[in-house]
Amino acid sequence: MAAVATCGGDAGSAGSAVATGSKSNVTSFQRRGPRASGTNDSGPRLVSITGTRPSVRNGQLLVSTGLPALDQLLGGGLAVGTVLLIEEDKYNIYSSLLFKYFLAEGIVNGHTLLVASANEDPANILQELPAPLLDDNCKKEFDEDVYNHKTPESNIKMKIAWRYQLLPKMEIGPVSSSRFGHYYDASKRIPQELIEASKWHGFFLPEKISSTLKVEPCSLTHGYIKLLQFIQNIIYEEGFDGSNPQKKQKNILRIGIQNLGSPLWGDDICCTENGDSSHSLTKFLYVLRGLLRTSLSVCIITMPTHLIQNKAVIAHITNLSDIVVGLESFIGSERETNPLYKDYHGLIHIRQIPRLNNLVCDESDVKDLGFKLKRKLFTIEWVQDNYLRQERNIYPPGFSYLLKQKDSAWGEGSLQHSTFLMSFLAKATAFASRLVRHSEPLKQTGSGRICQAAGPRLWHDGRRQEAPGLLGIPP
Amino acid sequence: MFPELNNLLNTTPDRAEQGKLTLLCDAKTDGSFLVHHFLSFYLKANCKVCFVALIQSFSHYNIVGQKLGVNLTMARERGQLVFLEGLKSAVDIFFQAQEKPHPLQFLREANAGNLKPLFEFVREALKPVDSGEAGWTYPVLLVDDLSVLLSLGLGAVAVLDFIHYCRATVCWELKGNVVVLVHDSGDVEDEENDILLNGLSHQSHLILRAEGLATGFCRDVHGQLRILWRRPSQSTSQRDQSLTYQYKIQDRSVSFFAKGMSPAVL
Repeated sequence: MAAVATCGGDAGSAGSAVATGSKSNVTSFQRRGPRASGTNDSGPRLVSITGTRPSVRNGQLLVSTGLPALDQLLGGGLAVGTVLLIEEDKYNIYSSLLFKYFLAEGIVNGHTLLVASANEDPANILQELPAPLLDDNCKKEFDEDVYNHKTPESNIKMKIAWRYQLLPKMEIGPVSSSRFGHYYDASKRIPQELIEASKWHGFFLPEKISSTLKVEPCSLTHGYIKLLQFIQNIIYEEGFDGSNPQKKQKNILRIGIQNLGSPLWGDDICCTENGDSSHSLTKFLYVLRGLLRTSLSVCIITMPTHLIQNKAVIAHITNLSDIVVGLESFIGSERETNPLYKDYHGLIHIRQIPRLNNLVCDESDVKDLGFKLKRKLFTIEWVQDNYLRQERNIYPPGFSYLLKQKDSAWGEGSLQHSTFLMSFLAKATAFASRLVRHSEPLKQTGSGRICQAAGPRLWHDGRRQEAPGLLGIPP
Repeated sequence: MFPELNNLLNTTPDRAEQGKLTLLCDAKTDGSFLVHHFLSFYLKANCKVCFVALIQSFSHYNIVGQKLGVNLTMARERGQLVFLEGLKSAVDIFFQAQEKPHPLQFLREANAGNLKPLFEFVREALKPVDSGEAGWTYPVLLVDDLSVLLSLGLGAVAVLDFIHYCRATVCWELKGNVVVLVHDSGDVEDEENDILLNGLSHQSHLILRAEGLATGFCRDVHGQLRILWRRPSQSTSQRDQSLTYQYKIQDRSVSFFAKGMSPAVL
């Protein structure tokens, strides 16, 4: 890893050239502090790079992926010198969104960008980046979004699902105004002046391989060779590998490669099982990681792994990458109608987290994660959170319930959650409702589809329409 | 090195066996802690170590080694450690034309190559120097990991040939040890990897297999370690001895316990 000495973790300062100019009072861009004058001194002055912070675990330099929710799952952020591989969802909707968040974060922090694509001009990709949200007007809009999720009894101890009380809650909104990761409005485009103020390099494959150069036969496809040479050129010339020591301010190079492995790159790994260039992609990843390890850069790659025919190759690619995140969207699948996944747009699988400079890694305890995209907020939540909200509606507190465990209705998820779904013993509830005192009915929460009639009369006449999902009581 | 693992394997740096091939294998989990263990173990045993590190950079092993009590930088400076860094060499090979053959020459070749240059490098690194300098006890070859070689285009047979040559030189001729790590792909159908794994399992004297738990992820038990001793040379041998332990990796050490006896459960 490139060893960079950082100081305290402050990530807010950026060059004044990148200021938005529109709202100058409360922005995340601050004027360059007195540190700038210190770079001329010859003392052992620690330099901090904008948009980075050291990891709390091992002091490694981290950058934000553009999604604070994902940063939290990856142990604070993306380590400099590593590769983040995103396995695309089926229609490449959310993976390209993550790609854009990553690039937008680079622009907002003043990092240099390198965008490589075989099907879209990098200039067009940059035009479509989401607009960053500034502090003053985003706070109250967030409150509107999270209002629907807040239940006033979230602090009440859960009676049935009490084991889940012990798990940490995942935050879904901005908690502080200090900006390591930023939030973006997916419905607005990034302001043009931000793009123009940023430094970026584009690699558009059809332009680069139009000339026929004589290259010795190597088992990498031509497109990959050109891309590697391009990246290496940028790293060397702009001094990201420390080769130009007179550069005063160090910066991070954010590399984004879109749809790597697709046939547009000249690779047939998505078309046949044992093609000619079956090891081209793995060799590319290996050399790319070698380049990243020796420079101040970080890379995001989106790859259509669902198209790769040879499943063993996916295992190789996973071993050769550092962080692997898989996206699975519910569009067009039968999960769209599953009430468990009611509010979510898809699942996110953290398949691999690296152990860098360490024996342990920051693996999150929650494995069933779903994501949803509201206009301004891409949230990642534990899937059971949705179910638990429904649980409070179906089983109002103040009653005693006899429970029978049933087989889990979910096809996957870790075993420790599979015994969670329960149903009533029909007869016992009729008795219980006469014995237990009626308690205060709950406020209406959730979608309103479930009618909250928390009195004994719900059970007394045996009609079950108010509480879907339960067994019917025989009259 | 992890003292608990030394107790389980019944070895100490002073009286370790020589001439052995140890196979490290991981399935559904990360077995790299075993590589760190053996690296620090053999450095503390005052052996000459040749480390072919194909998957991570030097500073990664250095920082973890410092937690385990060895200093890789100093070991490299005084000649005890010969470190081949795969990632850095790949960049050099790819972008600059090499005059003399590089150990990882196969990266440049279009068709499936062989590992002869790598073997020459290993032999050169571990051959005993006659000038009578600080005497290292015996040479050790450590490879992390062999599955990377398969994913870079080499065939399983080429890798098996390489290990065979290394065994002949290091284990038999120089009375040293060889430790290699291979990933087990499990249910994914990877024929080349299976060939390599089966071939190496047949040849090795000690197999350490780190597996993830069958029931999934657990915060307190990170996996299960299976230790298998094979003694093909002894004819009157007891059967192959096998032990299974569960482990939890901590910041500076790994704790082992019998199955189901995790401190979190008791």
